[in-house]
Amino acid sequence: MAVTITVNGQDHTLDLDPRVTLLDALRDHLHLTGSKKGCDHGQCGACTVLLNGRRVNSCLCLAVMHDGDEVTTIEGLAEGGPSPLQEAFVAHDGMQCGYCTPGQICSATAMLDEVAAGWPSHVSASLDCPVELTHDELAERMSGNLCRCSCYPGINAAITEVARRGKTEATE
Amino acid sequence: MRPFDYQRPDDRDAAHAAARDGATFIAGGTNLVDLMKLEIMAPDRLVDVSRLGLDGIGDADGGLRIGATVTNSDLAADPRVRRTYPVLSRALLAGASGQLRNKATTAGNFLQRTRCPYFYDTDAACNKRAPGTGCAALGGEMRNHAILGGSQHCVALHPSDMAVAMRALDAEVEVEAADGTSRALALDDLYRLPGDTPHIETSLAPGDLITSVRLPVPLGERQVYRKVRDRASYAFALVSVAAVVRMEGGRIAEAALAFGGLGTRPWRDAEVDALLAGEAPGEALFDKAGEVLLRDAEPPEGTEFKLPLARRVLKAVLTEATR
Ligand SMILES: Cc1cc2nc3c(=O)[nH]c(=O)nc-3n(C[C@H](O)[C@H](O)[C@H](O)COP(=O)(O)OP(=O)(O)OC[C@H]3O[C@@H](n4cnc5c(N)ncnc54)[C@H](O)[C@@H]3O)c2cc1C
Ligand code: FES
Ligand code: FES
Repeated sequence: MAVTITVNGQDHTLDLDPRVTLLDALRDHLHLTGSKKGCDHGQCGACTVLLNGRRVNSCLCLAVMHDGDEVTTIEGLAEGGPSPLQEAFVAHDGMQCGYCTPGQICSATAMLDEVAAGWPSHVSASLDCPVELTHDELAERMSGNLCRCSCYPGINAAITEVARRGKTEATE
Repeated sequence: MRPFDYQRPDDRDAAHAAARDGATFIAGGTNLVDLMKLEIMAPDRLVDVSRLGLDGIGDADGGLRIGATVTNSDLAADPRVRRTYPVLSRALLAGASGQLRNKATTAGNFLQRTRCPYFYDTDAACNKRAPGTGCAALGGEMRNHAILGGSQHCVALHPSDMAVAMRALDAEVEVEAADGTSRALALDDLYRLPGDTPHIETSLAPGDLITSVRLPVPLGERQVYRKVRDRASYAFALVSVAAVVRMEGGRIAEAALAFGGLGTRPWRDAEVDALLAGEAPGEALFDKAGEVLLRDAEPPEGTEFKLPLARRVLKAVLTEATR
């Protein structure tokens, strides 16, 4: 089946079996191996990419369902130099083996947008206050990304730094 | 995964035509794709409902009409839901992860399959997956199974958080059959008890398309959802309670309670609601509510912990909702 997906700003037309997931299309057909396959069942977050700007588990997406959609992978976030989150993950040692890292960074990128849009979370005391990205909020919002090496302190520090910086820039 | 044909119609007529030919609907795919990978579900034809224009949220008779393909994220963040149906936002936010909620849809969430490990283990007996093979859960490793509504053929839980809040809110599902006729179903009529046909989970006929969900004006402003699970986030409920309460002069005028993690379907018990109506809130009343709720509970060995847990969570939720 023919499907056209815009990946990192570039249109790709692929001829795919309907069984191919978005993750496999990215990795095996477009050779963008930054997105990782951990569980292949939506449980670990290693395959997280941005789909039309929102984070999703690409292992549970059928590629044929995304004709005309825009996908951004970890490779796309690095275009024109590493993104602030990518730099912060390096600076704060937010990884050990690095397998979960692309998913963590894609997820955090979209998560910060969700916070900016005022989306509440399970731990938000109120459903209609501006969100303060406390440690609890961050842990809850990033709970879909597991790190088997348990680098959570570094991951949290990296995301927190970028969130703070974003906030200062926004108020300047 | 078994091979299948895929089709993405732009209108409902085409979707119905495909459904008449035996196709299976796919929305977010977060449950179906998972089950297809494991070959627990193996449809020959998939019809993608994601572009049928069923993704709006609008007013309906003072209440709200939610399109079938509205994502769980959009629904939880919708200002009207946050303001008027906070128990629904809370239940949605207590489920799955940020990534999954971005894909999961309202209809898909209602129709997600159980998380019973024996349903997932294709080598195990399971009447829900393979009718007539037996139930490996009974006598097997038991922890997160149903203590209400089970049968000797199946004790699998309905896993949804959203559906628990929807039950407390008296939601109705609007359905279009493959022949184009439409009808509305209360959740009590949508979900079936397992009995001796646990593979038949709802009253939907093959090809029935859920088009939207209708929420009436909520019965009360006091709304609470509490979920207890094995870890703080990203886990299914052991016990969850949704409460919608209206207070009047210090008394409970009306209450609607619904429960997750306890039943083979999102659980609601009219006797619990009736017991609370007109009463002054208090510990003795809340204890009584727990007794009534669990009067017919049959906890299979290993799930007994749910009895005190359910009582405690119910009490805490009622305390918060009537404070
Ligand atoms: C790791 C993980 C953790 C999770 N944790 C939770 C949790 O804590 N709480 C919780 O509640 N859920 C949880 N979920 C489940 C998640 O909420 C469901 O997978 C999701 O809601 C299903 O929605 P979907 O749109 O992706 O459905 P799909 O997978 O697309 O479909 C599910 C079913 O619904 C049918 N269907 C879909 N749309 C329609 C329609 N319009 N009309 C008729 N039939 C239709 C399909 O045919 C299919 O049978 C979790 C899932 C995963 C993978
Ligand atoms: S590989 Fe997709 S969530 Fe684990
Ligand atoms: S760095 Fe190894 S899994 Fe996260």
